[in-house]
Amino acid sequence: MALKKLFLASTALALGMSTAYAQTEIQWWHAMGGTNGERVDKIAADFNATQDDYKVVPVYKGNYTETMTAAIAAFRAKEHPHLVQVFEVGTATMMAAKGAIYPVEQLMNDAGESFDKSDYLPAVISYYQTPEGELLSMPFNSSTPVMWYNADALEAAGVEPPETWADVEAAAKALVDNGMSCGLSFGWQSWVMIENFSAWHNLPVGTKENGFAGFDTEFTFNNEHVVSRLAKIAEMGESKAFVYGGRRGDSLPLFTNGECGMWMNSSAYYGSIKEQAKFNFGQTMLPLDTEVADAPQNSIIGGATLWALAGHEDEEYKGLAQFLTYLSSADVQAWWHQETGYVPITNAAAELSESQGFYEENPGTDIAIKQLSLNEPTPNSRGIRFGNFVQVRDVINEELEALWAGDKTAQEAMDTAVKRGNELLRRFERSVK
Amino acid sequence: MGCAGFGVAEKEIAMLKRVHFNKTWLPFMLVAPQIAITLIFFIWPATQAVYQSFLIEDAFGLSTEFVWFENFQYLFTDEIYLNSFGRTIFFSAAVAFISMSSALVLAGFADRVIRGATTYRTLLIWPYAIAPVLAGALWVFMFNPTLGILPYFLDFFGYDWNHYLNGGQAMLLVILAAAWKQIAYNFLFYLAAMQSIPRSIIEAGAIDGARPIRRFWTLVFPLISPTTFFLLVINAVYAFFETFGIVHAVTQGGPANATTILVYKVYNDGFVGLDLGGSAAQSVILMIMVIFMTIIQFRFLERKVQY
Repeated sequence: MALKKLFLASTALALGMSTAYAQTEIQWWHAMGGTNGERVDKIAADFNATQDDYKVVPVYKGNYTETMTAAIAAFRAKEHPHLVQVFEVGTATMMAAKGAIYPVEQLMNDAGESFDKSDYLPAVISYYQTPEGELLSMPFNSSTPVMWYNADALEAAGVEPPETWADVEAAAKALVDNGMSCGLSFGWQSWVMIENFSAWHNLPVGTKENGFAGFDTEFTFNNEHVVSRLAKIAEMGESKAFVYGGRRGDSLPLFTNGECGMWMNSSAYYGSIKEQAKFNFGQTMLPLDTEVADAPQNSIIGGATLWALAGHEDEEYKGLAQFLTYLSSADVQAWWHQETGYVPITNAAAELSESQGFYEENPGTDIAIKQLSLNEPTPNSRGIRFGNFVQVRDVINEELEALWAGDKTAQEAMDTAVKRGNELLRRFERSVK
Repeated sequence: MGCAGFGVAEKEIAMLKRVHFNKTWLPFMLVAPQIAITLIFFIWPATQAVYQSFLIEDAFGLSTEFVWFENFQYLFTDEIYLNSFGRTIFFSAAVAFISMSSALVLAGFADRVIRGATTYRTLLIWPYAIAPVLAGALWVFMFNPTLGILPYFLDFFGYDWNHYLNGGQAMLLVILAAAWKQIAYNFLFYLAAMQSIPRSIIEAGAIDGARPIRRFWTLVFPLISPTTFFLLVINAVYAFFETFGIVHAVTQGGPANATTILVYKVYNDGFVGLDLGGSAAQSVILMIMVIFMTIIQFRFLERKVQY
C-alpha cells in the first residue's frame, strides 16, 4: 500500500508540471510502447496541427495493467487524465465506476459532435455497449485470434490449411509424422480457447448474456463442448501434435522458429511474424468444431478502448470530442490499421483500405475483419463482461496448465476454474454494490 | 578518559551539561528525523494496510464497505492461498540457503586471492545493481524452452526443459534467479567479515597444522557467525518481500500456481487484480509472519551466535 501512496504522489507531480500552456490541454494516457507509441504520438501531433484551440498530450504509462492502475490511482487523488486506454478485460471494472467515467456516446452528444454508431463495425463496438446500446468507450486498437500456419510445412506434409478441428487434428498429426517437433500451439489461451471458442460456436461463457445484463452472472464454460474440445487437445499433447508454449504470446517463437506448424493467436502478431518467420506463412479463420455447430458465428475482439474520465471542464470535453471524431475518421483509422495490424473500427476505414489495395498486397490481413463481421453478433458472441476478469483469466491459465501437464482431466480443470471464477465474480459484485 | 582527576572532570562535564543541554527537547529533536522517517514510511503505510484490509472496495474507491475480518476469512477458506504458505517457506529457505552458501564459498576464495582482488570483488558485487525484474528477464532468456541456451544444452543429455508446464522446473528457476541476485549482497558482508578477522588467529591455526578447510570450519565460520545471523534475517526478509518482481518476470506465478508465493499474490491481487482489500489482508498476514519469524530468529538463533 505504501507503493500506491508513492505512486499517487508521483503521478500528481507529473501532472502538475505539464499544465502551464495557453491552449486547452487534453491528457491522454496510453499503454502503447515502442513503435506503436510513436504512432500514437503522431496521431496526437497531427490532430494538434489541424487546429489551435486544443492540445492533446499523449503520455505512455506502461503496459495495460500499469496504465489502468495509474489512471485509477490518479482518479483517487483527483489528478486523472481526460482519456485513458483500458484493455478489454478492464471493461467491467470501468463500467461499474459510474461516477468516474463519462460514456463516450454521451460525451459526443453533449459536445455536439456528430456521431453515428452505424458507421462502426458491430463486432467491435458491441463489446463496449450497455445492454441498451449506449457506447461507453471508443474502440482504439482491436484484434481477434486467427489460425496462423506455416505454409511450407503444411505443403511438405501434404495437407491444406485447416477449416475444422478435425482438419487441425489431421494436419497436426501429418506435421509431426513429417518430422516436425510440434503440430499446434496457441497463446492467450483463455481468450482463444474459451472466450473465442465459445463465441465462434455461439456458446455462452457465462449467464446473464455473458455478464452484459448484470453483475450477478455465473460462468458456464465447463459445458460439454468446451470440455470435450480441451480433452482432445490434451490428448494431442501426448504425441506432440499439440505443445503448450506458455501464457500470452510466449509461444510465438515456437511458431516463428518453425517448430510448430500451426499457431492460434491474435491477428495483431502479423508484424512480428512477418519480421521473424523465415518461411511462407498464412492466416486463416479459426477452425470450426463440427460436433458443436454447423457454421461459425463470429469471433470476438481483444485489445483496448479509450475511456473518458469524469470531473473535468466542459471546454476540455469539447476538445476531447473533436479529437475522438478525428481519431475515428477513415484516413486515420485506415492508416492505423495498415501500420499496426489492428482491425479498423469503422466500415469506412475498411473500405478505404480495400480501395487502396492493402488486402491485395498483403493477403490474409482481412481475415480478422471477415471473422468479426461474419454474422450479426448474438448475446453469446458480442463479447464478455465479467468483473475481476484479469484474475479469472489467471485462474483459467492455471487450470489449463494443470490439464496440459496431465494433473487434471479437462472436466476437473474446467469445473475448478468455474468454481474459482464464480468466487471472484461474487467478490466483484460485492465491491461495486 | 581514564586520566587523573577523573572525578573533577566528571563533575565539570555534569555542570556543563546542565548549562548547555538542560532543554529536554534536544534529545527528542535529535531522534526526530529518524522517528519521522519511520512514521511516514513504515508506520503510516502499515496502518493504512491494516485499515484497508477491513474494507471491500471497488478500484476507484467509489463504494466502500467495512467488513471486519471477512477478507481474512475469505483467504483462509481459499485452498490455493493456504497452499502458498508451504511453498513460500520452501522458496525462502532455498533462496536464503543457496545465496548465502554460494556467497560464503565465493567470499572464502576471494579472501585468499592476492592478484586482481579488486576485479574479482567488483565482478562479484555487480549483480546487486540489477533490478529484480531485469534479473528475472535475464534468466527467462537463458531458460526459454524454445530459444534459451541452457535448455538447448540440456537437450543433449536427453533432458526436456519446459518450465511453462513443469512446476518443479519453474520453482527451481525462480529460486535460482532470486538467489543469484542476492549472492552479491551476501558476498559483500561475508568478505568484510572475513577481512576483519585478525590474521594472527588464522596464522596460529596454520602453525598448529590446520589445513585451509579445517581453519575455515573451526576458526573463520564461528568468527563470522554474527554476519551469518544478520544475513539470515536480511535474506529471509528479501525472499519474503522483495521477490515478486522476479516471479512476475519469470513465471507470473505459474504453471498452475507452482510459483505463486505469498508476496507475488499480494502484488498480483492488488496491482493487477485491483482487489485492494484482499491484497491488504494478505500483506497484513505477511507482515505478521515476518515479525514473528524475526522474533524467533532473535530469541533462539541469536543465542548460538558468538560476538
